[in-house]
Amino acid sequence: MYETNYHRPSTVEEAVALLSANPDAKPLAGGQTLIPTMKQRLAAPSDLVDLRHIEALRGIKLEGRRIIIGAATTHAEVAGSEALQSACPGLASLAAHIGDPHVRHMGTLGGSVANNDPAADYPSAMLALDATIHTSTRDIKADDYFTGLFETALDEGEIIVAVSFEAPEKAAYAKFANPASLYAMAGVFVARHGAGVRVAVTGAGSDGVFRQGDMEAALSANWSPAALDSVTVSADDLMDDLHASAAYRASLIKTMAKRAVAAA
Amino acid sequence: MGLQGIGAAVPRKEDRRFTTGAGRYTDDMVVQGMRHAAFVRSPHAHATIKGIDTSAAEGMPGVVGVLTGAQLKEDGIGNLICGWAISSKDGSPMNMGEWSPLAVGKVRYVGDAVVVVVAETRAQARDAAEAVMIDYEELPVVVDAVEALKDGAPQVHENAPGNLIYDWEIGERDATDAAIAGAAHVTKMKIRNNRLVPNAMEPRAALAKYDKAEDHYTLWTTSQNPHVARLVLSAFYNVAPENKLRVIAPDVGGGFGSKIYIYPEEIVCLWASKRTGVPVKWVADRTESFLTDAHGRDHVTEVEMAFDAENRILGLKVDTIANLGAYMSLFSSAVPTYLYATLLSGQYVIPAIHANVRTVYTNTAPVDAYRGAGRPEATYLLERLMETAARELGVSPAELRRKNFIREFPYQTPVIMCYDAGDYEASLDAAMKAADWDGFPARKAEAASRGKLRGIGMSCYIEACGIAPSAAVGALGAGVGLWESAEVRVNAVGTVEVLTGSHSHGQGHETTFAQLVSDRFSIPLDQVNIVHGDTDKVQMGMGTYGSRSGAVGMSAIAKALDKVETKAKKIAAHLLEADEGDIVIEDGHCKVAGTDKQVPWFQVALAAYTAHNLPDGMEPGLKEGAFYDPSNFTFPAGCYICEVEVDPETGKTEVIQFVASDDFGNIINPLIVEGQVHGGIAQGIGQALLEDTAYDASGQLLTASYMDYAMPRAADLPSFQVSNTVTPCPSNPLGIKGCGEAGAIGSPPALINAVTDAIGVRDITMPASPRRVWETLNAKA
Repeated sequence: MYETNYHRPSTVEEAVALLSANPDAKPLAGGQTLIPTMKQRLAAPSDLVDLRHIEALRGIKLEGRRIIIGAATTHAEVAGSEALQSACPGLASLAAHIGDPHVRHMGTLGGSVANNDPAADYPSAMLALDATIHTSTRDIKADDYFTGLFETALDEGEIIVAVSFEAPEKAAYAKFANPASLYAMAGVFVARHGAGVRVAVTGAGSDGVFRQGDMEAALSANWSPAALDSVTVSADDLMDDLHASAAYRASLIKTMAKRAVAAA
Repeated sequence: MGLQGIGAAVPRKEDRRFTTGAGRYTDDMVVQGMRHAAFVRSPHAHATIKGIDTSAAEGMPGVVGVLTGAQLKEDGIGNLICGWAISSKDGSPMNMGEWSPLAVGKVRYVGDAVVVVVAETRAQARDAAEAVMIDYEELPVVVDAVEALKDGAPQVHENAPGNLIYDWEIGERDATDAAIAGAAHVTKMKIRNNRLVPNAMEPRAALAKYDKAEDHYTLWTTSQNPHVARLVLSAFYNVAPENKLRVIAPDVGGGFGSKIYIYPEEIVCLWASKRTGVPVKWVADRTESFLTDAHGRDHVTEVEMAFDAENRILGLKVDTIANLGAYMSLFSSAVPTYLYATLLSGQYVIPAIHANVRTVYTNTAPVDAYRGAGRPEATYLLERLMETAARELGVSPAELRRKNFIREFPYQTPVIMCYDAGDYEASLDAAMKAADWDGFPARKAEAASRGKLRGIGMSCYIEACGIAPSAAVGALGAGVGLWESAEVRVNAVGTVEVLTGSHSHGQGHETTFAQLVSDRFSIPLDQVNIVHGDTDKVQMGMGTYGSRSGAVGMSAIAKALDKVETKAKKIAAHLLEADEGDIVIEDGHCKVAGTDKQVPWFQVALAAYTAHNLPDGMEPGLKEGAFYDPSNFTFPAGCYICEVEVDPETGKTEVIQFVASDDFGNIINPLIVEGQVHGGIAQGIGQALLEDTAYDASGQLLTASYMDYAMPRAADLPSFQVSNTVTPCPSNPLGIKGCGEAGAIGSPPALINAVTDAIGVRDITMPASPRRVWETLNAKA
């Protein structure tokens, strides 16, 4: 690891000021990707601005049907939240299966959404739940937020404060994990709000998380695993690596989608 | 003392420090003035070094020295050696290329050490290492052993034409060909044994200190055999004569074979500590471990097994190509020859066997012994063949094995080994009963109702442990003897220290070895200490590998205990005015059998040291040493049965049940033996289902971290059902055979037999990853 300066701000304003003052500073939101990358000397931020101790970024709130989760909420807190287990158990279950216990107690929702790893779990949930990403400067719809591999709509110095979404009628996530890393090789989040169904896929797209329109149409017409039998998942634009070919990923997407619908 | 003696399931004494973080590993060692080393490694798999510019690095903060291979040569440091000479079948010696501790002229695999930087902190050493400029001219690369043998393949070493190290054979070619020609049935297979990365929990490390005033070196290092390290460092690398070099292997966090060898880094740290005048520490990071720890396995084999009309095996013909990587590691030559082909008779009467083995250089990490070392490769071959043959012949896999089991001992195989004892059918029967083999069809049907493909597979393994009779291995080319040493020191108050040449790096020696003493002298376990891993404390010893510390290491202790016991009984007889033949040691006392006359054990020890009242002519003291050279290998054997369920939609295999019935001979500590079997099976499940070591065509290791190299996790493993049958080993005093490697040897074929049974194919290449199973099922459909 290269030398770096560590900061622990206690307000969003302080964090934004630190990030703006240092062009090579990076926000640290659990560090489950950033710290290993730094240890391998593949990243060299001049400063680390730790967001986990900002009280305003923590916690899970239910306002009517609207669920608001602070960006610095850990995966373990999401997994263990009674409010979420009742209002959106699919998301609590997703968080309960991220990485391992160490990762779940350090890693945060905001960190995952900001990093937008193409194999991370949360981006699919945000997209399928039609979530809003609240930042230090504005609100961004999930559809506009995830823009590519490790790419988001966030500007320099802009940090995520919270995410929010309407509690779905039904939602669930099913993933097939990479046997080595346990990241998703195909993870599918399905969510139904009224007549609208959204299906988002992570771990598979060569351009990152994406919505699967054919599945959304099929499930809007008939909310059942069998409705997906007729959907053909194309292997075009899917990742192809040591652990999974594009064709295998296409097959896994369909299998995981059916399992998610069955579990919802 | 029965609660702590031989056969008692005593929890491990050493676990208190390991589980509380109080272990003392090489990286925990700190000496005054210590500096840190970082290695500059080749990013290319094959390249000529056109120039090295160290000037920028030398000016970096904290830098003490930046050293190259040219300087190492100036100081007369030797090239790395291979300790076992194998000749080709035409009598020519093996073609061994040069391996300089720091590369000179050429690099031959990604990770090859080129320059070492020594600096005040580890971070400064790494910063400066990045500033070393090396001008490389890339050369063509070959990573696959079969490709490396083809005409026109890139040459890894000039003196190994066609990349061939040796072309070796064992057994009777003509008799085997005749057996195949006259057979009623021949089963043919082409089998790959996948390359594995050892992945010890503790990465390799070294701390070297040169004492100028004494002209003496101390090396703390992650070694399974510190005395062998000292011998090799002294005799071949010209670091220092043995009396000027102390090697200490403190707590070592796992080895699995990978810490047997002397690597470039230890040599370089020793040399650099003198050259720079400061103690030098190096600790591998996990990436360096993946790139440079000696890998395991990596065989491709074509094999034929011939049967008569009654399904009796007539012959076995094996043609193996083994990838040894870019350099010959310390025992690499022995692994695919004498540790592999000598086990090709398995548990079966096979009248004619012939094996041809070609070993090959490639631009990959060196390959050497890894848990099992040759025996997993032999077992995998045979047990996949037996399964496949049974399917082709239309008989049950158990019946085919029963028909061909060796049943009379000693049994001389056609491939050197002479099996001394065993009861293979007893293991098979026990495993089939524990696995409820007969109930499988019902379980398969039930699984099918859930959409799962259930399969069952067995494996009947044999291996050779307790390496090894020194004269025998010497005749086969070994550069060392494979005896073991022990010294038993009874202190004046009756407590005991045992100095052993074995080295514990997870095996629990501090407990099992103490149990021997507790049993013999009737004293509590906590009054016995085991001392190991320091050449200044312990007499010359050969270390721990090949499951030898039970059969060989403990036999040496037993021999020394015999001598101590004899002397103690003489003293006790003298004190009690009795005949020494009437003395028994029990309940903490030396007693005259059948009387109430007794003297406490500690008083016998005290008498030996006060020497006020000893038998005439007896020397004071109670301390004896012994060297034990085994008269034969030992032959652990057993039967493993596993059941899997495959999810046809995802290709994922779940291990539902795993039964192990092992014959390790007599057992000192059943708890530790069970743990060894658990660990071994976990590694076998890793090899069969998860672990793959993939290089791309340019020689980059694709699986160089846990992001891509799949290690088994607890969730990948079932709760194992482990049991033992016992045929005592006749060749050593304790009747023990060794248990350290069996799990890794016996399990992979059981798993693949089960997977192929589940998905209805003849073969699948390890690892049977979800992708590979899914693609195999799709290709079939």
